[in-house]
Amino acid sequence: MVRKRLLRLLNRTMPMTAAFVAGADVPLKRRLKRAERARQFRALGLVLPLLAFLLFTFVVPLAGMIWKSVDDWEVPQAMPQTVAALEHWNGQGLPDEAAFAALAADVRAAYDAGTLAVAAKRLNYIVNGYRTTLLATGRKLKEQPAPGTAKETLIALNPAWGERESWTAIKSASGPVTSYYLLAAVDLTRNADGAIVHAPADQSIYREVFMRTFEIGFGVTALCLILGFPVAYLLANLPTGRSNLLMIFVLLPFWTSLLVRTCAWIVILQSEGIVNGSLEWLGIIDEPMRLIYNRFGVYMAMTHVLLPFMILPLYSVMRGISPAYMRAAASLGAPPTTAFLRIYLPQTIPGIGAGCLLVFILAIGYYITPALVGGAADQMISSFIAFYTTETVNWGLASALGAVLLLSTLVLALVYGKLALGRQTTGGLKN
Amino acid sequence: MSANHAPQTASQRIAWIATIVASTLVFIFLMAPILAIVPLSFSSSTYLTYPLPGLSLRWYEEFLNSARWMNSLKNSFIIGISSAMLSMALGTLASLGLAQWKSKWKPLILAVVLSPMVVPVVITAVGVYFFFAPLGLTGNYLGLILVHTALATPFVVITVSATLQSFDMTLARAAASLGAPPLLTFRKVILPLILPGLASGALFAFATSFDEVVTVLFLAGPEQRTLPREMFSGIRENISPTITAVAVVLTVISVFMLSTLEILRRRNERLKGNVG
Repeated sequence: MVRKRLLRLLNRTMPMTAAFVAGADVPLKRRLKRAERARQFRALGLVLPLLAFLLFTFVVPLAGMIWKSVDDWEVPQAMPQTVAALEHWNGQGLPDEAAFAALAADVRAAYDAGTLAVAAKRLNYIVNGYRTTLLATGRKLKEQPAPGTAKETLIALNPAWGERESWTAIKSASGPVTSYYLLAAVDLTRNADGAIVHAPADQSIYREVFMRTFEIGFGVTALCLILGFPVAYLLANLPTGRSNLLMIFVLLPFWTSLLVRTCAWIVILQSEGIVNGSLEWLGIIDEPMRLIYNRFGVYMAMTHVLLPFMILPLYSVMRGISPAYMRAAASLGAPPTTAFLRIYLPQTIPGIGAGCLLVFILAIGYYITPALVGGAADQMISSFIAFYTTETVNWGLASALGAVLLLSTLVLALVYGKLALGRQTTGGLKN
Repeated sequence: MSANHAPQTASQRIAWIATIVASTLVFIFLMAPILAIVPLSFSSSTYLTYPLPGLSLRWYEEFLNSARWMNSLKNSFIIGISSAMLSMALGTLASLGLAQWKSKWKPLILAVVLSPMVVPVVITAVGVYFFFAPLGLTGNYLGLILVHTALATPFVVITVSATLQSFDMTLARAAASLGAPPLLTFRKVILPLILPGLASGALFAFATSFDEVVTVLFLAGPEQRTLPREMFSGIRENISPTITAVAVVLTVISVFMLSTLEILRRRNERLKGNVG
């Protein structure tokens, strides 16, 4: 079939061949080099459209998100004069009259322009109640033109302006970049003197959320390994025909929509669901057990979703392990358990490593499954990122949490890449 | 490879039987959701409980008669097919280029190309949401198609690259030596042979988009809600039996895609056999 096609091509392209031969006066080596360079350029040209596309739809958006985690634009935009006036303030005592005047002018202008609320929200992250202070000041400044110095007026309007903390807050939020969000993402903050300290208890939740995310990730990875290992072993050691048939049981769930599977777990595990129904019918339990909207449900559904990602790499590594090794171990007198532990298991380590890393990487980024089958105490970091993006519009914090998750994922992916590459070069026989 | 397990001793036989039992339990675990939801979709009751009081097709009827569900089905196909075609074009070109390109930068480029697969989708969704919102790319099809294409392209690149790796490049060289220009070689020699691989890639891309819900949550307006997105709200509010009917329809689509992939894989292997 292919040969016929080539023959047809030959007939069609004879004149071109002649033209190619005609250029024979340039030395062959140089022509070859030139042809190779042209080929490389063409190859690069083929990759470029995708790179440009990904730059626009993926790389730049991610870079933008990371920038948002340090970008401190709100206060400089709404209160430019105050920011300038505080530039040389040493942070001790209260700033001078010029700063008070700048603040009064800024607040008045920003209140009219409608940009004050944004700055108020930003400052409220640092000092609780700042939003009320600033907005009330804006309202009152508009009502009564100030007699006396700006300092007297402002402190009379709101005693908060007589406190150093109100001013250090503005100074710390005066941009252009801030470490506030990134520190907040790991439960740290800066005090009025700029030193890094633990965040107040009511804001210190993210370390716990990250720990919970990793804990669920580890748990799911361990469950997948325990459940996946025997299956991969069975599939790898059965005759091809039968293992291909059984593979359907792995691939069909793999290809079934995530939402379908999550929905099915709710149907199975809910209090009137199949599991509780059958247990009650059998008389094992009287009251339905709580199996969903808690950690159990999350483990169940996530393990189900991620199990194929463990089985498939394990299977491909086990398939390549020659049975001769086990036979050799047996012929040398090793009992089956010893042979398995010391000969077979070490050879599966590349598969175990790849499977575990893959499952863990995917697990820590999960959003949909915990959102649907978990309770409030089972939400992972992704759900907080989504919450701050769409609900409270604290984009800085959403981005900072995202940046931490992204970093963890990329480090693990790098390890995965190294592992996969190592396996390629040693052909899986490292041990 | 033939069966390489031949239990000789009693303990080995016990271990093998234990493997079979454990695997059977895992297979049941893997299939349980699908097995549980299919009969419920034919239930005549509004409660999602067993035993079924009677059989009916009312939930399928409800699905077919609901403008909301039908609109989401249409949206899923519009976005899925568009992003499959776009990622197909970009991914195939890139795979062809990557197969020939030799450079120390190649691993880096490959990492960038494959990274949408690794980065948690929430992060991609948030980043794209921040970036697309000021550009007016939220709340319309274009933004969704673009981000789904980005998410699907790695699968196309992997599938097509694997096909190209098994492709015998001497055939292309033979065509070139007979004077065929690159485009003609591609069209007449390379393309027919890698076509099954391309089709698998397109199918992967479509499946990725068809099942994706996180970016849809962030970027879609009420008019662009896809099937998984409607299911997400449906599950959040309360699971009506209509959702089980939708789930079965989606599962049938998955079975269809899986079988197509298998057929393509076999065809690809046959073609390879023919060449060799």
